[in-house]
Amino acid sequence: MPLDLNFMVGGEAGQGIQTIGFILGKTMVRGGLHVFADQDYESRIRGGHNFFRVRISDEPLLAQREQLDILIALNKETVELHRNEVKGTGLIIGDESVLKLESADSRFMGLPLENLALQTAGNKIMSNSVAVGAICGLLDYDFQILDAVLRWHFSKSPQKIQDDNVNAARAGFDYTKMHRPPHFNLKCSPSGTGERMFLTGHEAVSLGAIAAGCQFLAAYPMTPTTPILELLAGKGRDYDIAVIQAEDEISAINMVVGASFTGVRAMTATSGSGFALMVEGIGLAGITETPAVIVLGQRPGPAVGLPTRTEQGELLMAVRVGTGEFPRAILTPATVEDAFFLTPKAFNLAEKYQIPVIILTDTHLANSYNDVEKFDTGSIMIDRGEIISGEVSEIVTDYRRHLITESGISPRALPGMSTALVVTDSDEHNEYGHLTESAVIRTEQVKKRLRKYEGLKSEIEKPRVQIKPNAELTLIGWGSTFGAIQEASKELEQEGIACNILHFNQVWPFPVAEVIPVLNQKGKKVVVESNATGQLAYLIRAETGQKIDYQINKWDGRPISPQYILNALKRGGI
Amino acid sequence: MAGIESRTDIAFQDFASSVEIAWCPGCGNFGILRAIKRALVELKITPYQVLFVSGIGQAGKTPHYLKCNLLNELHGRTLPAATAARIVNPELTVIAEGGDGDGYGEGGNHFISAMVRNVKITYLVHNNQVYGLTKGQASPTSQKGFVTKTTPQGAWESLNPLALAIAANASFVARSYSADTEHLTKMIKMAIQHRGFALVDILQPCVTYNHVNTYQFYQSRVYKLDEDQEYDPTDRIGAFRKSLEWGDKIPIGLFYKAERPIFEDYLSVYPGDPLVRRPIRPERIQQLLEEYL
Repeated sequence: MPLDLNFMVGGEAGQGIQTIGFILGKTMVRGGLHVFADQDYESRIRGGHNFFRVRISDEPLLAQREQLDILIALNKETVELHRNEVKGTGLIIGDESVLKLESADSRFMGLPLENLALQTAGNKIMSNSVAVGAICGLLDYDFQILDAVLRWHFSKSPQKIQDDNVNAARAGFDYTKMHRPPHFNLKCSPSGTGERMFLTGHEAVSLGAIAAGCQFLAAYPMTPTTPILELLAGKGRDYDIAVIQAEDEISAINMVVGASFTGVRAMTATSGSGFALMVEGIGLAGITETPAVIVLGQRPGPAVGLPTRTEQGELLMAVRVGTGEFPRAILTPATVEDAFFLTPKAFNLAEKYQIPVIILTDTHLANSYNDVEKFDTGSIMIDRGEIISGEVSEIVTDYRRHLITESGISPRALPGMSTALVVTDSDEHNEYGHLTESAVIRTEQVKKRLRKYEGLKSEIEKPRVQIKPNAELTLIGWGSTFGAIQEASKELEQEGIACNILHFNQVWPFPVAEVIPVLNQKGKKVVVESNATGQLAYLIRAETGQKIDYQINKWDGRPISPQYILNALKRGGI
Repeated sequence: MAGIESRTDIAFQDFASSVEIAWCPGCGNFGILRAIKRALVELKITPYQVLFVSGIGQAGKTPHYLKCNLLNELHGRTLPAATAARIVNPELTVIAEGGDGDGYGEGGNHFISAMVRNVKITYLVHNNQVYGLTKGQASPTSQKGFVTKTTPQGAWESLNPLALAIAANASFVARSYSADTEHLTKMIKMAIQHRGFALVDILQPCVTYNHVNTYQFYQSRVYKLDEDQEYDPTDRIGAFRKSLEWGDKIPIGLFYKAERPIFEDYLSVYPGDPLVRRPIRPERIQQLLEEYL
């Protein structure tokens, strides 16, 4: 049996839950283990109930689990809310003086977090390090790795802070080694070198944007894409990125159009409500044929919805975004690795075809940490499309920004970078970019823009496909549900049920040619989505005419787990 | 300008466009178009060195009747795009242009933010106090009591763009009048030369839909601030007081000017070459990836 341990740290906002979870995950990754960690928090800065789940294995992980081996409770509410998720052989750990549990629970283990922190470091704040140390002690893990991770994490703090954290962790480590409850026998040891990255989906998107040579980001803070704005703002000086916190999302998208028209790779990032404000601006990118990359990190709507939770409710909005008809591409990364590598692809498609490209993520992918092989950037190509740089050539003296071409792509000139005059208009325009009301020109320009789909279709990011002989069903999904679908499929296989998988990394242009052969397989087609109505199922019907047999949906704002899929299949008699 | 030979023999003719003009005969926009061309010629700016970002409305069409780079934006969204363009390529002369509905109504939030940011762009607002393109509805600057089909009981209160600009600490605030080409040319030239955000609010009679604020109305009321020796355009409080003057006498000229740092200086990517001239160097990401190990 592979190692599979699941931890949860729960408490109020402001208690440092994220730090405990992150350091625990990082410590395991540095020890060569694999980690998937997801976060659940409320839209508040203090109080409420938050948790951070860390799952550890010696095999790669792409999804969270619900059943817990260890629950670290920083307040009483955490125990009340999550005690049923803790296995009989598991542990509930916390400060007895804080939790004051009324009923006895054989799984409970007292851990004097605050006292140990005060004794070793003279500061209650260090109880987070005590907690991480305590878990490592329980698991008999190598303390040296935790020591190094703490010093790395606090490397910008004074030496004393580093020492205090290490000492606090050591106290927790020693405490649980000595007081290990007899019923708890789980252990884990490092394996291998641990030279892997540990990061979230939106950190990966940010790094992907930098790798792609993004030089301009305008955005308005909005969960779950704010980390992209913050990360790029912090790196702007080193990587030549102008980062602007815009006054609103309407400004952000229009800034992106202005920056891109002037000649750099430009991006914005938002969530559903901000994206709604950008709709007109995305149409502007469409008609002016200006490249634009838009990260749409979905969260549950409508309107403000559940601000800090996850959902896949904006697929059809993205597919149909904008007034009128114009080409666009929509990439739907499933993993942290996808989030990195699809971002340069988004920039390439945007510039080559001079269209808006949407990177459609969700809170679950955005905020979940995963360990990945260090990104091999050797495979990243920068394709800026056709850009004219000549000075006195004929093209320049009679430059037509919207020249009718067979591919639908008109070579770009950049204002001020040659003597060509670059003119474009949000009104329908002629080849020169001047506004027109001509029926003939209108017809030709719309056709020209839509012709870009021919090229775009040849560059579709292929869906992940798994075909098994004698499969009884096909699980279909897109974006962040991939890990859960893949794991559910493995568990079904262990029960003797073979299962196909069709998972979309790009939903538009819709990969019809790749999808039809999978849909033609025997067995039931089941679409799994984090939304209420089945938007991918709808799109499949619309694009292929094929019927979906069963839908598994979840719209409570919490991510879909492998167990959720398995239970839903059983309930549905599939 | 790197790579391209600069010209100094710029003439009016260099800016002549063959695009057919769609304005009503007698429109105040003609005077503005003329003044823009004169300002560019006198400042020896060649067509390819200037980028206009215009909005929607009759004013937004102006750059089509010029030879220049042009991003004809959405309604009200000139300033975000102009801001970005200027940041990406500070070698460009960036001029945003639109009407009162476009800039003071639809684009109000951007107007305030652009003034606070103080990016070096010139903003020309054709203020005719009425919606022309949609055929005669009230605008944010319509005079109180101005009767239109959407305001049959007369327009409600009117926005004072100059007072707003001075309050938002715009670093250059001017008003001119479309029928006084000489004065308007001078204001536009000063605005283009100003290091920072420069607003020129241009009083412009709409001969078709505004029968109140006509040529005759302005001719008898406007007077020039620069002829007043006492007026100090560096005094913000005085400028604010002056901006409230509107009635039998209407001041035109430079209301307020301040030297303050521009947003480009604040951005961490500058000083240095224009962003657009910097090569993409994807290999640099390696160092950053190490931070996640």
